[in-house]
Amino acid sequence: MKANVIVFPGSNCDRDVKVALEKFQIQTTMVWHQENTLPKADLVVLPGGFSYGDYLRCGSMASKSNIMKDVIKHAENGGYLIGICNGFQILTETNLLPGALLRNKKLKFICKYVNLIVENNNTPFTSKYKKKENIKIPIAHNEGNYFADEKTLDEIQSNEQIVFKYCDEQSNINEESNPNGSCLNIAGITNKNKNIIGMMPHPERCVEELLGGSHGSLIFQSLIN
Amino acid sequence: MKFEVFVTLKDEVLDPQGKAVENALNNIGLKSIKQVRQGKYFVLDIDENDENKASEFVKASCEKLLTNQTIENYKFNKI
Repeated sequence: MKANVIVFPGSNCDRDVKVALEKFQIQTTMVWHQENTLPKADLVVLPGGFSYGDYLRCGSMASKSNIMKDVIKHAENGGYLIGICNGFQILTETNLLPGALLRNKKLKFICKYVNLIVENNNTPFTSKYKKKENIKIPIAHNEGNYFADEKTLDEIQSNEQIVFKYCDEQSNINEESNPNGSCLNIAGITNKNKNIIGMMPHPERCVEELLGGSHGSLIFQSLIN
Repeated sequence: MKFEVFVTLKDEVLDPQGKAVENALNNIGLKSIKQVRQGKYFVLDIDENDENKASEFVKASCEKLLTNQTIENYKFNKI
């Protein structure tokens, strides 16, 4: 399997993602945002960070960069596309995923491990997880408060687009286990076709027990399956 | 030709920054504040003499970049 990681000015998880992908023998190319064409690959990753210094709205400038035209084509042709953290914000700004990511409800940058429930394991990114499995993946964001209007929330629920929800150790999904105020405790969603995923937690930061956890590994293992 | 653009969060979108400003105003004794909503302000200087054409350009700028229409509204005036 081959992957492209897009590098924007201000990306800072791009090399972490490359290390994670290569751990699972996914051959990875770094692609600068000003390029016009994507090298041929099965997967494109929009990494975490602060593209364009989060100017205007997080991800808004990156969503208009040269390479995004080809990234959109890749996704529309059914190619796999992952947006992690700032990458998720970029995906909502390009309208490849519904909704938007607002400032955290308590106006604080949150950097910690959180518990997540796997709501849908019937996607190319989550097939190695068990349904309703409780996993631990770290978050690190200031704008991760997922918002969508009622109609959109109904749609993404009926299309089974919600992949991860924030919960606690006992798998309770409620206000106390919601770190940032996200609608329905949403931490990650896919598009209708399930070839695009956006998630605020950072799976690339937990692919080694030595680094504190390995629950992120199954995303990459699901992809190479 | 100059235009001012105001970008505001839709009513149904929570504005924690506006709320924090509201609380701070209350804390310094300005108690008559009912609600604060925070927004953005832009000035666009358009290289165009026809006002209709310039307005179209501003509208396109608002819809394609300056706002995220999932969460924000915009309005603009010639200044």
